[in-house]
Amino acid sequence: MATFVLQIENLGIQAKRSTILEGISFDVTPGEIFGIIGESGAGKSTLAMATVGLLRAGCRRVAGSVRLAGKSLLDLSQADLERTRRRKVSYVAQSAAACFNPFYRLGEQVTELAALELGKSRAERQRLAADLFRELQLPDPERFGDRYPHQVSGGQLQRAMIAMALLNEPELIIFDEPTTALDVTTQLEVLRLIRKVVKGRGCGSIYISHDLAVVSQLADRVMVLRHGKVVEMGPTRDLIENPQAGYTRDLVANQTTTSSVPDPAASRPIVSVENLAAGYGRVSAIRDISLDLSSGHITCLVGESGSGKTTLARTIAGLVDLHAGVLRFKGSELPGRVERRDSETRRRLQYIHQLPDLALNPRQTIREVVGRPLAKFRGLRGAAAEHRLRELLRDVELPETFLDRVPGSLSGGQKQRVCIARALAAEPDVLICDEVTSALDPLVEESVIKLLLRLMKARPLTMLFITHNLALTRRFAHEVVVMQQGRIVEAGPASSVFSAPREAYTKKLLDSTPLMERGWLEARL
Amino acid sequence: MLASATHRPAPIRDFVVSRVVSGLVSLVLITALVFVGTALLPGDTAGALLGQNATPAALEALRRDLGLDQPLVQRYLVWLAGALRGDFGTSLASGRAVSEVLLPRLANSLLLAGAGAVFLLPIAIGGGILAAIWQGSWFDRLIGFTSMLFLAMPAFLVGYILIYVFAVRLGWFPSMSVAPFAGGTRAWAQILTLPVISLVIIGQAHTMKLTRTAILSVLASDYVLMAEIKGISRRRIILRHALPNALSPILSISILTIAYLIVDVVVIEIVFSYPGLGKLMVDSVAYRDLTVVQACGLLFALVFITMNFLADLLAMLVNPRQRVPARGAAA
Amino acid sequence: MRNAGFILSIAGFAVLVAAALLAPILAPHLPSEPVYQPYAPPGIGGLLGADSLGRDMLSRILYGLRYTLGIALLVSVLAAGAGVTLAFLAAFRRGWTDLLIGRLIDAVMSVPQIIFALVVLAVAGVSLTTLVLTMAVLEATLFYRVVRPVAGDIVAMDYVEVARLRGEGLGWYLFREILPNAAPTLIAEFGIRIAYAVLFISGLSFLGVGVQPPAADLGGLVRENALAISVGQLSPLAPAVCIALITLSVNGIVDWFIHKYSIRAELG
Repeated sequence: MATFVLQIENLGIQAKRSTILEGISFDVTPGEIFGIIGESGAGKSTLAMATVGLLRAGCRRVAGSVRLAGKSLLDLSQADLERTRRRKVSYVAQSAAACFNPFYRLGEQVTELAALELGKSRAERQRLAADLFRELQLPDPERFGDRYPHQVSGGQLQRAMIAMALLNEPELIIFDEPTTALDVTTQLEVLRLIRKVVKGRGCGSIYISHDLAVVSQLADRVMVLRHGKVVEMGPTRDLIENPQAGYTRDLVANQTTTSSVPDPAASRPIVSVENLAAGYGRVSAIRDISLDLSSGHITCLVGESGSGKTTLARTIAGLVDLHAGVLRFKGSELPGRVERRDSETRRRLQYIHQLPDLALNPRQTIREVVGRPLAKFRGLRGAAAEHRLRELLRDVELPETFLDRVPGSLSGGQKQRVCIARALAAEPDVLICDEVTSALDPLVEESVIKLLLRLMKARPLTMLFITHNLALTRRFAHEVVVMQQGRIVEAGPASSVFSAPREAYTKKLLDSTPLMERGWLEARL
Repeated sequence: MLASATHRPAPIRDFVVSRVVSGLVSLVLITALVFVGTALLPGDTAGALLGQNATPAALEALRRDLGLDQPLVQRYLVWLAGALRGDFGTSLASGRAVSEVLLPRLANSLLLAGAGAVFLLPIAIGGGILAAIWQGSWFDRLIGFTSMLFLAMPAFLVGYILIYVFAVRLGWFPSMSVAPFAGGTRAWAQILTLPVISLVIIGQAHTMKLTRTAILSVLASDYVLMAEIKGISRRRIILRHALPNALSPILSISILTIAYLIVDVVVIEIVFSYPGLGKLMVDSVAYRDLTVVQACGLLFALVFITMNFLADLLAMLVNPRQRVPARGAAA
Repeated sequence: MRNAGFILSIAGFAVLVAAALLAPILAPHLPSEPVYQPYAPPGIGGLLGADSLGRDMLSRILYGLRYTLGIALLVSVLAAGAGVTLAFLAAFRRGWTDLLIGRLIDAVMSVPQIIFALVVLAVAGVSLTTLVLTMAVLEATLFYRVVRPVAGDIVAMDYVEVARLRGEGLGWYLFREILPNAAPTLIAEFGIRIAYAVLFISGLSFLGVGVQPPAADLGGLVRENALAISVGQLSPLAPAVCIALITLSVNGIVDWFIHKYSIRAELG
């Protein structure tokens, strides 16, 4: 028994009508990092909660057991369950900002259990907290605990939560997507620390993520979860190098396609930006921006959150106040605000939003959504419009029966396809895609990107693709533009940016994006 | 508090300044509205007072007495200056100084509202907290049902039911508050009991509902879930993790409750013929004693605006996120 | 449970509205006609007794219902029109328009409604017109307070931005993008405001600044007959109970509607 910190056997959990988890069995040994990977809706969070003996309201266990340090968690009395949680297990959640109590200083919260379980004095607790903060490389560890959660950055808060998880010297730590909300460079720092503290302590841990590359760097063994069932499980290297199930093969293949695009033929710029500064109100969020979008090319605009990439995209679309500089479309100057552009220009420049949920009016059918630009820009009505609608739906690989449905009944990927169809209905010259795949699961993201590339081939389109994921753009970018703090750091043909980045920041971005290859994280410790 | 930086933003001070200014603007706006409204009316106060058979000479004399012959802006400024010193002019109906009529009534109303608040707040807030903690229990459902019932009732219905049962049928209390006020504590208690119970019954439903919602939203937060995962006991979670965060909304709710109480007092004073500010105001409306109505309105507005301001200020003071400025986090 | 409450509420409200509409047919006497001894108890003086002038209480309640419901409905329609228009205007124009409207509404709302009404009615004099207009202005501020954030949320939606990028006109925004999404909230708020307007007009009439004698709404009837309670008569409570029944049934319908469309419960 003692060889396992956690044993889950044949666990089944149901909500009111649906099955959330079924036949889940795995175990975690001391010193091991066990990875769980799955897309949204796979049951990852429910499983993570069950591991600490928590079932969400409306959920019930229908089969199996969860044994933590030899105790069957789901059968313990409330008092025993609480004691076991205090002593044996810790949890690191995705949203550190929401998980810290805004009322208390960080030090108090991180060491709460030390006071409850061990009766430590205030001074002892402060020392304990300072040690942990130092270990997690937080700034000014002696005083870091005096701050309130809202006073520190997201990456620091995430590290503070890891400190809290280490405090009770647990036998098992559960990391539930701890880096998903972070930028890549911050993510790398946190991943390093997780690896260091977990391996140093010899406790077992579970690392849950949707990102196979991240899991492959940390985990000794991996379980692939889909629709509440185990798809495949095994040692990380075996699973990545020799995946058995079709779903796992797709996931791995998705990470390893690294075809790089040949340098494109030179072409005339269709959109050009000169010395532009823009922002909301009087403060310029972006400045000194000069950029050309070459006709027929895919230009990828890359940067971390707050880099100004979305502001730039929205400025070109006419949604941000222009403070300085010139914006040209096909050689003629464009007014800054979309209201002052003519209908023809509006038609030719189409913008696709990041979150299809917000970009589709929930009260309009797909026919109304896609039909409106047809009527507005091309004057198509009646049978002609209907014919074109069906064509467009086919183009984005959606069944024609979707025409009468409302967005609420569609999946995330399908909604984004509808948004693409709406943009195509205008027959644009330029398509601005603002993080259009960021909210999607990896395989869905892959299929939407394939769709976009196929559409590009079929018609004379120029695309500006905005993303925080530099690695993603490797496969299809003709040109890459890297932004940081409102300015362009580096720009050039994709091949040269990827193979020989000039700027340190670009190198850092490239270097921080997790890959699946063996030893990637070790090389960065 | 944190060691202070040299140029620390002062959210509290900014808030106080902006709210005091906007509160004053509201008061000026309201009083001005009354003044302009009065001036725009066909005929004026003098005409209304003397009736249709007044001779032009009498009208003219009264107008001069009331200062109605002067320009509007000047009249308003004179009144405003007086009001700032506590002088609201003379009552058109009784000829006495408005402040003299007002003050004893104000004291009576404050007594009634104060007594109401003392009972109402603990009952309603305690009930709301328990209903949230025991969400879905019989207690919660009972609270939900009574809230629904009392929210639908006009205030006077509650008052009259109490009068009917406890004054008329059982004879425990007087049905009206006209008894002499000099009768000592016991007489006071006799007079106040039914009006106070009415106020509690009318006011509790809304307060309880708001408190319950506030607590439930805190209990649904991620940090409460996190505390549960850490193995903190339910009792400690509620007392140490949830309630402190609910303090800020509860304080707001409490003070708003008092503000609404002051409004309910108007109706309850009429039901029980209680000689308070509300009854004075309603009676003065009937006589069209505009100077008194205006002063009463101003006082009620002042109390209401102050209460709203206090509610927001206190809520801010107990919330670290607003009290302690965020700092640009170190790298 | 909720459905049972809903059916009961719908039935109750239908009965009350029917009673108001059919008052001339249903009422045994004219509301102004003294037919019994003053304060004749129920049984001797009609179903619900007689008032101080010997008028039939039941008939007066049936006619009073017309005033109460009619005024509440009229006030709510006017207030909804003004409040919703201002809210959309502010959400749409932003900037100075938003600030100005917001400040004005804040100023009106910073005084308790009933106090504001008392002051204005004292100055302007009580008539059906001044009454309805005053109430409508005050209610409009409450509509505004609820609708402004809803309209703001919708205007900030990406799909509205898509319409903006396409160059749609005001009509398209309002009727195709915003209203369909705001409708459930607007309907729920309208229900809540009707219930509130019933309590409001009843309160004003009870204080003597509402519907003026010889006509009387339900609140006025309570005021007229309040003295009878001190002598042990319950019948003056009948109009008050009637008011509670209206608000209960309207709230019941709104409650069901809110749950059906899972509207956030921050209303009212």
